[in-house]
Amino acid sequence: MIKARKRLWVVLASAGVLVAAGVLAGFALRDAMTFFHSPAMVAESPPLPGQRIRVGGLVIEGSVERPASGGASFSVTDTVADIRITYAGSLPDLFREGQGIVAEGAFEETGLFVASRVLAKHDEAYMPPEVASALASAEAQGALPGSTGRDAWALGQARSAQGRT
Amino acid sequence: MIAELGRFLIALALIASLAQMALSWVGASQGGRSPYALAGRTASLAALLTSALGFALLIAAFIQSDFSIAYVAGHSHVDKPLFYKVTAAWGGHEGSMLLWCLILALFGYGLTRVGPAEPAFRARAVSLQGLLQTLFFAFLAFASNPFDRLDPAPLQGRDLNPILQDPALAIHPPLLYLGYVGLSAAFAIAAAGLIQKTSGRDIARALRPWALGAWASLTAGISLGAWWAYYELGWGGWWFWDPVENASFMPWLLGAALVHSAIATEKRGAFPGWTVFLALLAYVLSILGAFLVRSGVITSVHAFALDPERGVWILGMLGVSAVAGFGLFAVRAGSLGEGDGFEPTSREAFIGANNLLLAAAAGVVLVGTLYPLFVEMLGGAPVSVGPPYFDAAATPLLVLTLLLMPVAPFLPWSNGGAKPALEQMRAALLLVPVALAGGALIWFGAPVLAVVGGALGVWAMAGATMDIITSYPLAQTRALKFAAAGRAMAHAGVGFIALGAAADASRPPDVNSALARGESIRIAGSTLTLTEVRRADGPNYLADRATLAVSDGRTISPERRFYWAADQHTREVGLGSSITGDLYVSIGEARPREDGSAAYEIRAAFHPLVWMLGLGASLIVLGGFSALTAQVLTRRRREVQP
Repeated sequence: MIKARKRLWVVLASAGVLVAAGVLAGFALRDAMTFFHSPAMVAESPPLPGQRIRVGGLVIEGSVERPASGGASFSVTDTVADIRITYAGSLPDLFREGQGIVAEGAFEETGLFVASRVLAKHDEAYMPPEVASALASAEAQGALPGSTGRDAWALGQARSAQGRT
Repeated sequence: MIAELGRFLIALALIASLAQMALSWVGASQGGRSPYALAGRTASLAALLTSALGFALLIAAFIQSDFSIAYVAGHSHVDKPLFYKVTAAWGGHEGSMLLWCLILALFGYGLTRVGPAEPAFRARAVSLQGLLQTLFFAFLAFASNPFDRLDPAPLQGRDLNPILQDPALAIHPPLLYLGYVGLSAAFAIAAAGLIQKTSGRDIARALRPWALGAWASLTAGISLGAWWAYYELGWGGWWFWDPVENASFMPWLLGAALVHSAIATEKRGAFPGWTVFLALLAYVLSILGAFLVRSGVITSVHAFALDPERGVWILGMLGVSAVAGFGLFAVRAGSLGEGDGFEPTSREAFIGANNLLLAAAAGVVLVGTLYPLFVEMLGGAPVSVGPPYFDAAATPLLVLTLLLMPVAPFLPWSNGGAKPALEQMRAALLLVPVALAGGALIWFGAPVLAVVGGALGVWAMAGATMDIITSYPLAQTRALKFAAAGRAMAHAGVGFIALGAAADASRPPDVNSALARGESIRIAGSTLTLTEVRRADGPNYLADRATLAVSDGRTISPERRFYWAADQHTREVGLGSSITGDLYVSIGEARPREDGSAAYEIRAAFHPLVWMLGLGASLIVLGGFSALTAQVLTRRRREVQP
C-alpha cells in the first residue's frame, strides 16, 4: 500500500508537468505560427498590414535594387502576381535573380512587404516547397509560364514537387 | 575499378550484417556460447572490415577526382584542397550514409567485444545491431549507393558546397553520427534485454557506457555545428531552431535524460521501464532526424536536396525499428522488475523530474518541428513554426530543469531528505540573491529571460563547485573520482551555456551599413573603421579581404569569397575576440556610389561572453567522457574481481 501511495505522487506530478507543457506548447504554437502567402493569394485577399507572414516566389530578373546606403529591395512573382519586398539587412549570398526565395515579415499600409528575414537555399537545385506549390497552382490556374529558361525550369521543379505530394 | 569494388564491398557488408543478425540470433537462443554466436561475431567483424574498406575506397576516389562516380562528381573539384577532397567523402547524402553504416558496423563489432556481460544477452544485442545494420546497408546498396556511375563522366566536378569547406564542419558529421548511431547500441541492448527477459537493472548497467559515449559525441557534434553556423553563415546566430537542428536536438535531449535515468535504474532499480523505453525512443528519434534532414519534406536552410524515394526508404527503416522496439516493449515490459519506490526529496525523484522535463522538452520540439508537416498533410495552408514558438514552449521546461539540477547531487537516494543537502549547499544558496541582483544590474534593461538565464547559470556553476568540493575528497577509487569530476564538469558546463545564452540574448542590436574606405561605424562602444579592401584569393576561390581598425587598436579582417566551381559567394566572418565577447563583422558586396567610390555592405555585431557557450559545451563533452571512463574502470574492476 505504501508502495502504491509512493507511486501516486509520481504519477500526479508527471501528469501535471505534461499538461502544463502541453498547454504552454498549444498557446505558443497559436502565437508563433507564420502562414505562407503566395503572390496570387496576396492579390486576391491582402493580409492585414503588420501581420507577420511569409511570402515567396521567384525573384524577378532586373527587379533588384541595392541602394548605396545599404539594404535591398526586389520583387518576387508566382507568374500570377508580384510582391515588392524591401529588406534592411544584407541579402544572403545565395540570393539570385530568377531563384525561388522565401521572405518573412509584414506588409506595410502601402503594400510594400518589409522583410525581417530572407531565406535562400544553399543549393542550386533547391526550391522552397511553398514556392514550388505556389508556382504549380499558378500554372494550374492557366497562367502562362514565364518566357525565360529559368522560369520554365522552375515550373518543371514545381511540377515534380507537386507530383510528390 | 574503384566503383565496382566499392559496390561489391557494400554488398558484402550487407550480406555480412544479415549473417551477423541470423547467426547471433541462433547463438543467443542456444545460450550465447555456441559456435553460432562465434560465427555471428566473425560476421560482424566482416561487416566492419568491408564497410571500412569501402569507405577508404570512396576517399581514394575523391583524392583521385574520379568523376565517373556520380557522388564524387557532385561533391568535388580538381582545384579543391586535399583536405576538403577527403572530407567531401562525408559531405553529401550518399557518403554520409556510408559513414553512418560504417559506424553502425563499428558499434556492432564493439558490442561483440565489450557488450553486455551475460553471453546470451550479448549475442542477442549483436543480432539486433545486425538488424539495424541490415536496414541501413540495404538502403545504401539499393537507394543511396555512393559508387553509382555517371556516364559520360564529366571533365570537372560540381565541387563541395563552399560553405561546407570548413575545418569545423569537416569533423562535425563524424562526431554527430557517432552520437546518433551510438544510440543504436543502446537500442540494441534495450531490445535484446527485453527479449532475454533481463531485469531493468542489468539492462541499464549494460547500456550506460554506450549511452554516455554516444551522448557526449552528439554534444560535441551539435556544438561544432552551432559554432560553424555562428562564424560561417554570417548572421551571427548559433541556434536557429531550424528543423535540421531540431532533428539532432531531440535525440540529444532524450540522450541526456537516458544517461541520468540509467544511473537511477542501475543503482536503485528505479523506473526500469522508462529507462528501457528511452533507450528505444532515442534511436528511433535519430532515424526520424535522418528522415527530416534527407527526405526534403521540410523547408530548411540546410536540408539535403529533395528526394521522395529516399524519404520512403527512411520511413520504412523508421517503421521497422519503431515497431520492433516498441512492440517488444509492449509485450515484455512486465519482466523488467520494479524499484522500491522513493520519496519526493530523494535523488531518484530529482532524476525523474529531470527526465520528465527533458522528455517534455523533446516532445515540445517534436510538435513544433512536425506541425507544418501535419498541416500540409491535412490540406491546410502552408505554415511555418519559428523560433518564438520554441523559445516560449521549451524555455520554461529547460529553466525548471536548470533550477533542480544543482540540488540533485546532494540528495540521498530512496528516502531522501532535503535538510543535509540544503546545509551542504548553503554557500551556493547564498549566491542566488547575489546573482539575481548582479544580473539585474549588469543587464539593466535587458530581457527578463536574460537575467533569469544569468542567475540560473551562476546557480548551476555554484552548485557544481560545491558538488566537486564535497564529493571528490570522498571518492575512494579512481572510478568514483572520474564519476564525481564528470558530473561536476557537465553540470558546470550547463551553467556556462545558460550564462552565455543569456548574455547573447541581451546583446546590442546589429548594425547594417555600407562603408567606403575611411568611413566608420560604432558598435558596443567601439568604432570600426574600414581601412582597406584587398584581393586575397585562395586555391579554389577569389576573395576580397577587408581590414577594419577597431578603436582599441585591434584589427578585424572579414572576407567575401567567390567559389567559381560552384558559382557561389560565401562570407568568412571577421572576429575580434576578447574576454568580454566577440566583435563580429561580415562583409557583403560592393556598391558603386554616385561619386564613383565603392561602398561595401558591412554587418557588425557584438556578442557578449559568447566564449562561455564554447567552454560550456566542451565541459559537457569532457564530463560525459569522464563519466564514461568511470564506467569503463568500474567494469574492468568487476571483471577482475567478480
